[in-house]
Amino acid sequence: MILIISSQQADINSPVDNRFGRAQWFIKIDSDTKKWEALTNPGVNQRGGAGVAAAQIAANNKAEVVISGDFGPNASGALNAAGIRMMTFDQGISTVQDALDHFTQGKLTAFG
Amino acid sequence: MDKDQAIRIVVASGKGGTGKTTVATSLALSLAAQENVWFLDCDVEAPNGHLFLNPKIEAERKAVVLIPRIDMEKCILCGRCVEVCQYHALAEIGKSILVFPQLCHGCGSCTWNCSSKAIKEIRNPIGVLEAGLAKKGINFAHGVLTISEPMATPIIRQLKKWHKPEDGSVMILDAPPGASCSVVETLHGANFALLVTEPTPFGLHDLKQVIGILGDMKIPAGVIINRDGIGDNQVDEFLSQTEFPILMRIPYSTQIAGAIAAGNTLLDVSPEYIMEFQTLFQKIKNIIAENEPC
Repeated sequence: MILIISSQQADINSPVDNRFGRAQWFIKIDSDTKKWEALTNPGVNQRGGAGVAAAQIAANNKAEVVISGDFGPNASGALNAAGIRMMTFDQGISTVQDALDHFTQGKLTAFG
Repeated sequence: MDKDQAIRIVVASGKGGTGKTTVATSLALSLAAQENVWFLDCDVEAPNGHLFLNPKIEAERKAVVLIPRIDMEKCILCGRCVEVCQYHALAEIGKSILVFPQLCHGCGSCTWNCSSKAIKEIRNPIGVLEAGLAKKGINFAHGVLTISEPMATPIIRQLKKWHKPEDGSVMILDAPPGASCSVVETLHGANFALLVTEPTPFGLHDLKQVIGILGDMKIPAGVIINRDGIGDNQVDEFLSQTEFPILMRIPYSTQIAGAIAAGNTLLDVSPEYIMEFQTLFQKIKNIIAENEPC
């Protein structure tokens, strides 16, 4: 399964970014192979529509789950339409790896 | 400037609540006896010029953005429309194209680039334009953006196109606060920008932002310091280092503030300002003339 987690830096051990559309980076993780890669977010400096652009990145990467601090109305609308599950960070999560671990342990909260 | 063309004066500020509308309406009313005055309230998110000019609204028109409607029978899911949309108002999700009307600027790029002619543009109403004669024969118009609609620029553009001043007239445009797209849209085509500020760090900070825009747009400007006497003298110090003249000072006065809060104009409480605003207009005309290309 492909997951995308918003991140402040291009590394799985970097702090998570609470923003989805304006996240500095997205860490794309294949939960089966444990392989990950960092995706740049062109939306970080865009004037508007960053949430939709980020949702498009998730859809293009065939993500099944996205994990972030929060999701705006446009982003959540697009992700919902794409059938991508949204989860939000819980307390105690500091890094992308933490978020992944919490998710695999079923500890994350579904958005909305 | 062609002598027959209207003179367009934009009243802007940067910081909100500095007295743009007080100045704009006072200038309009002071000139109404001697000039053919047109007034455009471009602060479409919170228009309030009508409270002081009391127009009788006689004409109304919807402000719209043309948004794409996609015929999925014809769409081949090439993704070109999503790619060309600078505002991310479109997303290709699964086997459909989603449209986000509130992000759409109505530029038409998606329609233009669609290879299978699957896009039709439909009118998405975002607000209303209203016009009518106001106090002292002022030709008044304003735009009212529907609450929850996020985009002011298209309605300002349509308002300016709809309510064009007659040749030889003076048009006063009350700009929105801030220093973003809606202010730039209001300033397009202006002959002069009248900047209203207050002598506080906030007033100065935002004044500098608007001055930055004016430099890029090459529009001459002058400053009115409102609520003079409060705050500090940093605005004066800053302006003394620039080419922007201080054209008027309106002292801080609870009497003026009270009158405006009660729906009266500055001129109602202090009629001596009529002469001051007429003199101000002469100064503005002189600055415009000096800035004309030879």
